[in-house]
Amino acid sequence: MKAIVAVVAALFTVAALGWALLAYAHSGHDGKKPARVPLPNMATYKGEQCVEPAAEMRRNHMKYILHQRDETMHKGIRTTRHSLKNCINCHADPKTGSVRGKDGFCESCHAYAAVRPDCFSCHSDKPEQEARNTAGVRPAAVRARAAENVRRAVSGKTP
Amino acid sequence: MTHIHYRQIEGRSLGYYALLALLGALVAAGLAAAWYMEHNGHWVTGMSNQIVWGTPHVFAVFLIVAASGALNAASVAAVFGRAPYKPLARLSGLLAIALLAGGLAVLVLDLGRPDRLIVAMTHYNFKSIFAWNIFLYTGFIALVVVYLWMMLERRLNAYSRPVGVFAFAWRLVLTTGTGSIFGFLVARQAYDAAVLAPLFIAMSLSFGGAIFILVLLAACRGTGRPLGDELLRRLKNLQGVFVLAVLYFVAVHHLTNLYLAERQGVERFLLLDGGVYTRTFWIGQVLIGSVLPLLIFFTARAGARALIAFGCVLVLLGGLAQMYVFLIGGQAWPMPLFPGKEVSSGFGDGAIAAYSPSLPEVLLGAGGIGIALALVALALKALPFLPESLADTDDDPHHKTGAA
Amino acid sequence: MNRRDVLGLGAAAVTATLLAPGLRLIELARARAPEEAATGRRRWGLLIDASKCGDCDACVTACRDENGWDGHGRPATDAQWIRKVTLTDRQTGHVQALPLMCQHCADPPCVDVCPTGASFKRADGIVLVDKHICIGCRYCMMACPYQARSFVHEDVTNQKHHAPRGKGTVESCTLCVHRVDAGGIPACVEACGKNGNKAMVFGDLKDGQSEIARRLARASSLQIRPDLNLNTGVRYQNI
Repeated sequence: MKAIVAVVAALFTVAALGWALLAYAHSGHDGKKPARVPLPNMATYKGEQCVEPAAEMRRNHMKYILHQRDETMHKGIRTTRHSLKNCINCHADPKTGSVRGKDGFCESCHAYAAVRPDCFSCHSDKPEQEARNTAGVRPAAVRARAAENVRRAVSGKTP
Repeated sequence: MTHIHYRQIEGRSLGYYALLALLGALVAAGLAAAWYMEHNGHWVTGMSNQIVWGTPHVFAVFLIVAASGALNAASVAAVFGRAPYKPLARLSGLLAIALLAGGLAVLVLDLGRPDRLIVAMTHYNFKSIFAWNIFLYTGFIALVVVYLWMMLERRLNAYSRPVGVFAFAWRLVLTTGTGSIFGFLVARQAYDAAVLAPLFIAMSLSFGGAIFILVLLAACRGTGRPLGDELLRRLKNLQGVFVLAVLYFVAVHHLTNLYLAERQGVERFLLLDGGVYTRTFWIGQVLIGSVLPLLIFFTARAGARALIAFGCVLVLLGGLAQMYVFLIGGQAWPMPLFPGKEVSSGFGDGAIAAYSPSLPEVLLGAGGIGIALALVALALKALPFLPESLADTDDDPHHKTGAA
Repeated sequence: MNRRDVLGLGAAAVTATLLAPGLRLIELARARAPEEAATGRRRWGLLIDASKCGDCDACVTACRDENGWDGHGRPATDAQWIRKVTLTDRQTGHVQALPLMCQHCADPPCVDVCPTGASFKRADGIVLVDKHICIGCRYCMMACPYQARSFVHEDVTNQKHHAPRGKGTVESCTLCVHRVDAGGIPACVEACGKNGNKAMVFGDLKDGQSEIARRLARASSLQIRPDLNLNTGVRYQNI
């Protein structure tokens, strides 16, 4: 008998907790109360379509970047489709010229998700076009991309 | 040996809390220093592109080396079957773990990217002596924890001896690994020597032994537990032998280098005209750290506890001096790129590298000592590591003290 | 050899036959496509003629501009990927200067000692630091006989896109791997040819027809610290 009471009590507690959690989760979306954390800025500035479907990128962008990172670093494979540079070139805010900052594409979402990206302690957060003016030389990756396009055109493959 | 009775220390006296507060302050200062160094970058320290390992590493290597030596007492009891050392085995194991934890904390907090410690656990290059040492250090801690468990759990006492023997073998390999971090550095003339492995083993015996005697004296005095003169006599004589062993290997290392024409420059620098390094070697390492302690250990009576403790403090100061000369002095001497040529550049080629320790570095190093000793103080209160009595008569199996 | 290689070789052969004097086209034919991995069929190297190298630092300036390692005016802690070294013979007083950088050893001590594998050698012989997994222990700096590596001692901003670098990691000459992968030559070599004394040659040590291989075969050269037998990719002449 005691055991049954205990099980019922436990189930009730779990149900109550679950309901409370659901209610809490919905409270941010019902329009009456503003969310406690500002929603990320997901504005895009260039192009129609990301290199992969948006839903896929939202969930797995880090896997693509990580894979590309090791390919480029260790094997010298410099395709641009999944490169961090490619991300930044498209997603940088034209006003700030960066993917960082409060409304930056990367930073606002990472702040929302409370995940700290480790890219920008070393990598530039600005698109290459910005840097071209200051660097004075054509960045190698632009050359590499041009070469890649030429190659694709030659081999008849489309990206 | 059921007649040894262990008991936690009371740990409620003003003195105990004052000690904890002091050690806590040391740890806090060390953590603050580490945060300051990481936040600003290493340029705020004395370290540079020429002296890449500085004062934190002096303390870290010192503590790591001492850790394996702190296991001496347990090893003497387990491996060589010396009964008088048996009651010391638990404290010995505890001290070994605590010192290693303190040393590793300093080493990790000095990394350029301590936030990536997980990378050091997930990416391994098995040709790296550093990578081997990661396994040797964590393995040592795990092994000594098991060893302590075998000793603390009465049912398992029978297994403590084989585990103790294994731990002894492991600590020899461990210190060989630590010495080889330097011994395998082909490029630098102050290192690159096989004799560094046995030298580091001798250093571990000496530094770890001295810390052990000091902690034992302090713990017995602080808790009012008796400590027999005969036991202390054995410990101090053994300590004297360890100090001699270090001197011997240091002499062999320098004599070998002196014989080689290509290394006479670095030897001249360290032993003759290296300024602070020469002084630290002769006054710190040789006079204060070796000659004076030898005189004390081989002449003092076992009853002269303050004098023996003083001798141990001198050994530790000498040990720090030795690490400083070895680590910093060894890096300060430029690498030989072009034999027979005077070399100069804007990057320190051919010149003695400048270094002076900065406050954050010293605080971080001292914080490591704080971590080690705080762990010991807390563990002594939590678990029965210390025998109720270490009076000489207690070595007699027919003598009984109070019931458990 | 896969189909692409065969086709590539065929194309190169045709081009070479038709336009034998057009060296530029042969070079283009050799450049790797972006999706192709670096292979051990090549080994990139440098040849530095110390007798031509004079009192100029075009290579150092070019490297600094290319890779963005200009410091904070603190010589002890600022990075230095390449430096000019002056040698004075103790017996004869003869003075020489030469540039010194990562020697891209075939058996690099930095790679041996690195606990995480962040120091590594690429298939084509370029020694690099993978800063993504560098924990900043500086053991490689202890091990390098050439003092070629620098630790980034403070925050870095405005990095070059092709040369990411950040506080707390170790770095060194990359042989301008971003240029090499795009079929170019290192910035130091380019600058030495344009504004310097034409003392540096870059090329494939394994390609017997390359200028570097032919010059190495013609005259004696040496490695720095040959006693260590590291088989360096950077060779010197007339020291």
